[in-house]
Amino acid sequence: MIPAAFGYRRAGDLADALIRLGQGGVTVLAGGQSLLPALKARTARAETLLDIGHLTELSHITDNGSHLAIGATTRHCDLAASDLLRERLPSLAGAAALIADPQIRHMGTIGGSLAHADPAADLILAGIALDASVVLARRDGVRVIALRDFVLGAGRTAIEPGELITEVRVAPDTGPWSHRKFHRDALEWAVVAVAVSSGRVAISGLAPVPVRAPGVEAALKRGAGAAEAAALADAGTDPPTDRTAGADYRRHLARVLTRRALIEIGVAP
Amino acid sequence: MTESGSREDVEIKLSVNGRPVAAAVEPRTTLAGLLRDELGLTGTNIGCDTTSCGACTVLLDGRAVKSCTVVGAQAHGRSVVTIEGLADGDRLHPVQRAFHEHHAVQCGFCTPGMVLAAVSLLGSAPGPLTEQDVRLALKGNLCRCTGYHNIIQAVLAVANTQAVPAVSNGDE
Ligand SMILES: Cc1cc2nc3c(=O)[nH]c(=O)nc-3n(C[C@H](O)[C@H](O)[C@H](O)COP(=O)(O)OP(=O)(O)OC[C@H]3O[C@@H](n4cnc5c(N)ncnc54)[C@H](O)[C@@H]3O)c2cc1C
Ligand code: FES
Ligand code: FES
Repeated sequence: MIPAAFGYRRAGDLADALIRLGQGGVTVLAGGQSLLPALKARTARAETLLDIGHLTELSHITDNGSHLAIGATTRHCDLAASDLLRERLPSLAGAAALIADPQIRHMGTIGGSLAHADPAADLILAGIALDASVVLARRDGVRVIALRDFVLGAGRTAIEPGELITEVRVAPDTGPWSHRKFHRDALEWAVVAVAVSSGRVAISGLAPVPVRAPGVEAALKRGAGAAEAAALADAGTDPPTDRTAGADYRRHLARVLTRRALIEIGVAP
Repeated sequence: MTESGSREDVEIKLSVNGRPVAAAVEPRTTLAGLLRDELGLTGTNIGCDTTSCGACTVLLDGRAVKSCTVVGAQAHGRSVVTIEGLADGDRLHPVQRAFHEHHAVQCGFCTPGMVLAAVSLLGSAPGPLTEQDVRLALKGNLCRCTGYHNIIQAVLAVANTQAVPAVSNGDE
């Protein structure tokens, strides 16, 4: 599994990274846990990798009062172990702890996860439940976009050429949470997964990007029990049938995982 | 040729098993390739080469990573510990000794990665560990021989009975 040859540039700092990105011809390398397997399998190609994985100025978790700011190169293991996150955003720390295995969590970053936009990405799922937003920087400016508008489809995002994810912003949410995944084996991406945080419910595996379950959220607001609310988990969706699972099975998983998640956070059965 | 289009070798400096190493690596050379082919440290095994089996696990700044899925250039300025760097002379690391005592090895192919994943776990979790903790921490390491039972027992024995010395991390 030897990838096609590519060049390598180590970004000096964020400003240097943005300049090089603006010049084009480079592919950002963060943790490499999605990009390198794809390059090795030759399902992706790169002219030159621009390594930002070591940039400590992008690796931080800061409490800004109304929101927590998480730097793009913050690794999954650091999200999972952060006392600040565990206190103020436990569902995000919990989601990070459930990604792949410790080795992958030691390298993989939140920015890389979002940019890679796998339909089953756990941090996207948790972030959609939390109404997270994404900060995109380019040489000549910065914009902030809701995560819901950032993920456009499987592997597709709103990142424009020359833009880098620098930060993820999430309002604190200390309410009860649950993150449940169904996968076929230990390192498999989830077929269907459900993230619940304070009555907000997001589900992956029903569409190319994780979706909110408005029917479930409304049912919870009017005091429905877990079974009644979870029966609406797949309402209004049109799940795919592929080699992993059929549409009906995905619907079934969504309802079962949602019910279990709701019971876990204390909703009456 | 523009600077950003260069595919030239990358000059890197790192510490490997406590010794400083300087190397010029092709950008696509993995850390596993660097260790095995350039530095002759063949204790790091390559099983799947697709980030799944954990046989290639080494410590990067003290934390377990899959060296088939890290390029050598990413290790610049950092410290790498491989299975060759774990023992202190003739004295086995406690995890190595526990693997021996609990018969946690059969063919041995998964063993270097398993041991380093366990060392990483013990370094990050100071308190006592449950069997479930150990199973989850080793979920990225496949063993086709032992059925895992003795491996789990070996790691639990170290976690819950002995003080684990820190692994040498930098270039002293
Ligand atoms: C076996 C295996 C199992 C996995 N299982 C799961 C799982 O269960 N759940 C889960 O969520 N993830 C899983 N992952 C993926 C893992 O979370 C990756 O860490 C993540 O998808 C990519 O993060 P990275 O930092 O490694 O990014 P990289 O691989 O370095 O980059 C991924 C992509 O993002 C781009 N990119 C990276 N950073 C930025 C940035 N700041 N701005 C713009 N673009 C950027 C890159 O150019 C590239 O296209 C798994 C991976 C493997 C190998
Ligand atoms: S060889 Fe690296 S994970 Fe299998
Ligand atoms: S001892 Fe043979 S693979 Fe584990």
